[in-house]
Amino acid sequence: MKALILVGGFGTRLRPLTLTLPKPLVEFGNRPMILHQVEALAAAGVTDIVLAVNYRPEVMINVLQKYEEEYNVKITFSVETEPLGTAGPLKLAGEILGKDDSPFFVLNSDVICEYPFQALAAFHKSHGQEGTIVVTKVDEPSKYGVVVHEPNHPSRIDRFVEKPVEFVGNRINAGLYILNPSVLNRIELRPTSIEQETFPAMVKDGQLHSFDLEGFWMDVGQPKDFLTGTCLYLSSLAKKNSKLLTPSTEPFVHGGNVLIDPSAKIGKNCRIGPNVTIGPNVVIGDGVRLQRCVVLAGCRVKDHAWVKSTIVGWNSTVGKWARLENVTVLGDDVTVADEVYVNGGCVLPHKTIKANIDIPAIIM
Amino acid sequence: MSNYNKAVILVGGPSRGTRFRPLSLDLPKPLFEVAGHPLIWHPLCAIAKVPSIKEVILIGYYDETVFASSIRQWATEFPGLKISYLREYTALGTAGGLYHFRDAILKGNPKRIFVLNADVCCSFPLREMLEVFEEKEAEAVLLGTRVQGDAAQKFGCIVADPTTSKVRHYVEKPEGHISNLINCGVYLFSSTVFSLIRTAMDAKAERLASDPTVDPTDGDSSSVLRLEQDILGPLSDSRRFFVYETRDFWRQIKTAGSAVPANALYLQKAFQNEPETLAKPSANIVPPVFIHPTAQVDPTAKLGPNVSIGPGAVIGAGVRIKESIVLEDAEIKHDACVLYSIIGWQSKVGAWSRVEGTPMAVTEHSTTVVKGGVKVQSVSILSRECKVNDEVRVWNCVCLPYKELKRDVSNEVIM
Repeated sequence: MKALILVGGFGTRLRPLTLTLPKPLVEFGNRPMILHQVEALAAAGVTDIVLAVNYRPEVMINVLQKYEEEYNVKITFSVETEPLGTAGPLKLAGEILGKDDSPFFVLNSDVICEYPFQALAAFHKSHGQEGTIVVTKVDEPSKYGVVVHEPNHPSRIDRFVEKPVEFVGNRINAGLYILNPSVLNRIELRPTSIEQETFPAMVKDGQLHSFDLEGFWMDVGQPKDFLTGTCLYLSSLAKKNSKLLTPSTEPFVHGGNVLIDPSAKIGKNCRIGPNVTIGPNVVIGDGVRLQRCVVLAGCRVKDHAWVKSTIVGWNSTVGKWARLENVTVLGDDVTVADEVYVNGGCVLPHKTIKANIDIPAIIM
Repeated sequence: MSNYNKAVILVGGPSRGTRFRPLSLDLPKPLFEVAGHPLIWHPLCAIAKVPSIKEVILIGYYDETVFASSIRQWATEFPGLKISYLREYTALGTAGGLYHFRDAILKGNPKRIFVLNADVCCSFPLREMLEVFEEKEAEAVLLGTRVQGDAAQKFGCIVADPTTSKVRHYVEKPEGHISNLINCGVYLFSSTVFSLIRTAMDAKAERLASDPTVDPTDGDSSSVLRLEQDILGPLSDSRRFFVYETRDFWRQIKTAGSAVPANALYLQKAFQNEPETLAKPSANIVPPVFIHPTAQVDPTAKLGPNVSIGPGAVIGAGVRIKESIVLEDAEIKHDACVLYSIIGWQSKVGAWSRVEGTPMAVTEHSTTVVKGGVKVQSVSILSRECKVNDEVRVWNCVCLPYKELKRDVSNEVIM
């Protein structure tokens, strides 16, 4: 089987992290975001993966070569010379996606969930029509495009309603699809939107079904959602009693959902959790309090620091008695001096913060 | 005439010093402790070092019982000084109070009289003032200091002859710039000061009598006289008043927030002169730090600079305290951080919490900052028996007694 991952551009919404690494390589739950997707696709029997990008960083090529061997898949870059929207990249990769009659998966690279590829493929085959989109239930459908089914049909889509004022349903497009190669004939090679052009045309022909996603779903394309997505991911690991999580019997684990790389060192009298990931080679000092945060590889969090709702970028240092909170994001190699308070600071790489940041600000 | 001197400390009363709230809600301001001692102890200590001063009279309108036990304690600490408290029953003004108790002050025929305001924090260079007094054959010597910019307008401004230091002009809180040399509220008078006060009283009575807008039954009688406005101002030009300009630290202690810089200044002075009275510097003690012998400080806590820990206070493991006063029986739990703050008696600060004020220079005479368009105290203050829950942040807040803070607060007065 085949798949296309829509990576797109520079991931500016996830800056300052994406100033250092391309978004697909930023670690989510201690593994590059794209690895979650490659692994799930390979497990579902996918052998050809196309990454639709509009730039091609060398670092990504090297990392993905490693994954090709590890997961026995072929990964191809499809580089847009101009942005082609969400449908154009499918046409651009038409040669690979259309090389045989089997359907192909399409994924937005920002989406994190328990990818249901096998079940999705089976369901798609069972209804026999051109496309299936995965839908997820949300509390506030008014912020999204809502999927409405045909009356008395459990899955065939009747229409899409963009940001509905009145309640018409609570299922939204989750950004994961499976499509027959025939769909490629519906797409022209120009900037075009799969949501606004291709899918409505398929709906008109009664060719599009929906598939309900079980479990969590999050678009983690920006820091706030990245943190929320991390919480959801860790909770799902906990539900599955995953061995990846640090056992709650560790004295420093508080409230569970803690994922610590084995190479990280934790000091004495810390209280860590809930919802914390700690990357490789991180050193956590004594008496540190961490909650709802992501500490990326190579960081040092010094004694007695307090960190909440924060992404601590690679190789950064958090000083003694520092306090970080309210969606603070430190880029690569940032230093926060001892005793400093950072409230919602977005700090670009290689900066040193010596004075309090009392109100949310971008530190260039 | 004898070479025997007396000192008077003007301590005010409960209806004064309201700007020191909430710390003065259940303790008279002169007894509030900075650098390990009550505010009023610091001038007393300076007085005790001048051998010619044998007696100190505290004048104020607090109840007599307020200072009784402190005075007993000071009697043993300063055996060369006779210390007593005289209570004014109506507020007579600083000069009016002096005049009212003139018989007690003049008893024993002292040659000179120091008059000190209790709400001043400085090095009290009394000996130097005495030298100027002798050399100039003065009637009065004022302690003066230079301040920066337009800060002078909040104080009494002195214009002095640059060569002789004779006072030529004195204005209390002028509207415009007069001078950056200001009155420190520490004076040395000849015993003839009472005749000057009498003269000023008569002049004021005459002025009031001839002023048809004054109702003679209201409070502003001629016996209500202030040293600054009614004596120094009108008489400075015609009398032998001199100024001794100190280059040492000086600041007023008006607001509760000013206790933090006052604490810092007195600790720095003690560290220079008597470092053995302070905690020994180490990796976790950044001097100057005062720790009361009955306080328990975990060895992993890092304290200083400019920190005072009161009697019976308990400081937990991995705590950080800087530029702050922790009062009697307060408890700071592990990994908490206290910066630029005052932690009140019996208050409890939770684990990983952060109580924080805004850094201000000790030479800065203002103790407020504007945050989000609101004027707030630059320090955070917890009054008696307040509680900050674990992991909560308190920033630029004043918290009245017996309050519990369960969530983050900033730029607020918590009633």
